Amino acid sequence: MATEMKVKTVPPPEVVRAAEASPLRRWAPLVGVAVIVLYCLAPFYWMAVSAFRRPSDQFSNKIIPAPFSFQNFKDVFSASNGFGRGLLNSLIVAGTVTILTLVIGMVAAYTLARLDFRFKNAVLAIIITTSMFPGISLVIPLLKLFINIKWINTYQAMIVPSLSFALPLAVWNLTAFFRQMPRELEQAAMVDGCTPAQAFRKVIIPLAAPGVFTTAIITFIAAWNEFLIALSMTNKKSIQTANVIISQFTGTTGRDQPFGSQMAAGVVVTIPLVIAVLIFQRRIVAGLTAGGVK
Amino acid sequence: MSDTAPVNTRRESKPGKARTSFNEGTARLAAVLLSPTLIVLALVVLYPIVSALRESLYTSGTKLDANGFVVKGSTFVGLDNYAAIFKGDTGHRFWTAFYNTTFFTVTCVVLETVLGVAMALIMHKAFKGRSIVRASILVPWAIPTVVSALLWKWIFQADGIANNILGTQILWSTDGWQAKLSVIVADTWKTAPFIGLLVLAGLQTIPAEVYEAAKVDGASVLQTFRRITLPLVRPALLVAVLFRILDTLRIFDLPFVLVGPHKGSVETLSMLGYDEAFNTRYGPAAAYATVLFLYVAAVAYVFVKLLGADVIGEARAKKPGGGSRRQRKRAAALAAAPQAGLTSVGGGV
Repeated sequence: MATEMKVKTVPPPEVVRAAEASPLRRWAPLVGVAVIVLYCLAPFYWMAVSAFRRPSDQFSNKIIPAPFSFQNFKDVFSASNGFGRGLLNSLIVAGTVTILTLVIGMVAAYTLARLDFRFKNAVLAIIITTSMFPGISLVIPLLKLFINIKWINTYQAMIVPSLSFALPLAVWNLTAFFRQMPRELEQAAMVDGCTPAQAFRKVIIPLAAPGVFTTAIITFIAAWNEFLIALSMTNKKSIQTANVIISQFTGTTGRDQPFGSQMAAGVVVTIPLVIAVLIFQRRIVAGLTAGGVK
Repeated sequence: MSDTAPVNTRRESKPGKARTSFNEGTARLAAVLLSPTLIVLALVVLYPIVSALRESLYTSGTKLDANGFVVKGSTFVGLDNYAAIFKGDTGHRFWTAFYNTTFFTVTCVVLETVLGVAMALIMHKAFKGRSIVRASILVPWAIPTVVSALLWKWIFQADGIANNILGTQILWSTDGWQAKLSVIVADTWKTAPFIGLLVLAGLQTIPAEVYEAAKVDGASVLQTFRRITLPLVRPALLVAVLFRILDTLRIFDLPFVLVGPHKGSVETLSMLGYDEAFNTRYGPAAAYATVLFLYVAAVAYVFVKLLGADVIGEARAKKPGGGSRRQRKRAAALAAAPQAGLTSVGGGV
């Protein structure tokens, strides 16, 4: 097909002929792509395959699980693990962090994108700098504080420290989105009699929805994947997030690490994220790279 | 009559003209609008940092009295906690952790950058299957680090798939060099694609004309890469690398779950601090946290200095006025950051 089309077009200059002549040039990128896809997905595939094996053939290295089994998944959700509760806790923590971050961050991002004021660069620098601080430096003093005010094993003990990485992230992302929106939008709204606040609420927010949505996904994934804070601030199973619970699975078979159920749990925790990533890949990539709204 | 009222109020608030020049009203409005974010950041970032600094000068709850009860209250010990870090057994443990942290950072970031750039070049050339590649590249990024650590622990199991494929009998994620290697492999798998994604975005901003011109001038593939591609993606790449470096310096989840705590071969500064805090030795823990913080800050400073020199011109043109020269320089260094600002998400390491 491709060759035909190229032949039909204008008599090819040297360059095109060279490209056509060598099959290596044509196939190399495809092979490269295949290698990348394999590199990214093979370990993930292995997790899924291991999850669907019967616990009795856990150590089989066959590429496809011979007798397909959901036993590992049943084990994961057995009451003693508290994994279902962990998922709910993860959802509560990550969801609250996302909402709080968006509400607080949106105003700041809009200010940084639209207003010109003296210490703007300094503020931008401060916000980006805060995201660089090592988590452990924040967790240790907060841990002591939270023990004193009896916040250990509460949701807020996980939510509040999580703002330290989620908020700078959201502000940066949203600032990029707001910058790309033409100023004329608000000006038009204000000519029509809106106050700046109204222009923000009634014109900007609806139009920025895709950007806000992308930021929400990215923040949510970051908060959902958080481990150190959730591990440090809790010691009761009923309040721990799914990540912490998976890492501490003891399993039913004694001392051995229950890899089967851990893989199954990994699949359960990851699948929603992977589905979100597949559906919104364009937006996520745009958000991660330039924060561009197409 | 009622029509004119909103016009007046509008003029009092600050549209059009006021926005482009610095004025009192705008500054006040900006301060009000930024205050929620800055207050939150002060509470969850600044307060802990300062508090850790203070905490590191005290010792508390570490002593047991004659009956084996924990003595309450904290005593001021000055720099003793810091001095203790570098001495004797703890000193050995600290330097091992320091070495591990640095070793992981250097090795992982170099590997990830090389692989990431290679991936980006391939993706840039490939027109078929681009969306498949993009989707699959996001999978390692989206997987929680804890899950990826368990996944690699499973792969590196004694009778796991890694030994099966390689035909070896190595006890990977236990101790020694092989434990280090397993951490490096797992970290590279998770974050190299992400660097690839960021570099690809940089590549896509290079206009095709530049390459055509190079071709006309008879540049070889290697020359084109070295003289055109690399300099043009450099700003995006450097910022991505900076964020990866800072992210790997605080690496915790991966070695903690993949290999486990108290393993000299993979213990990092974050793990050391966590371990001390976990055993309620908050003074030493805070000292470790402060040392790590200073280390990260120093690396970031050096890197931004290096980086600032490059991005400065572009950003200065973009931001007329706006604070002192130093601020501008810093902001300039960070101007490219939104492009890669989210690298930190990728890791979460």
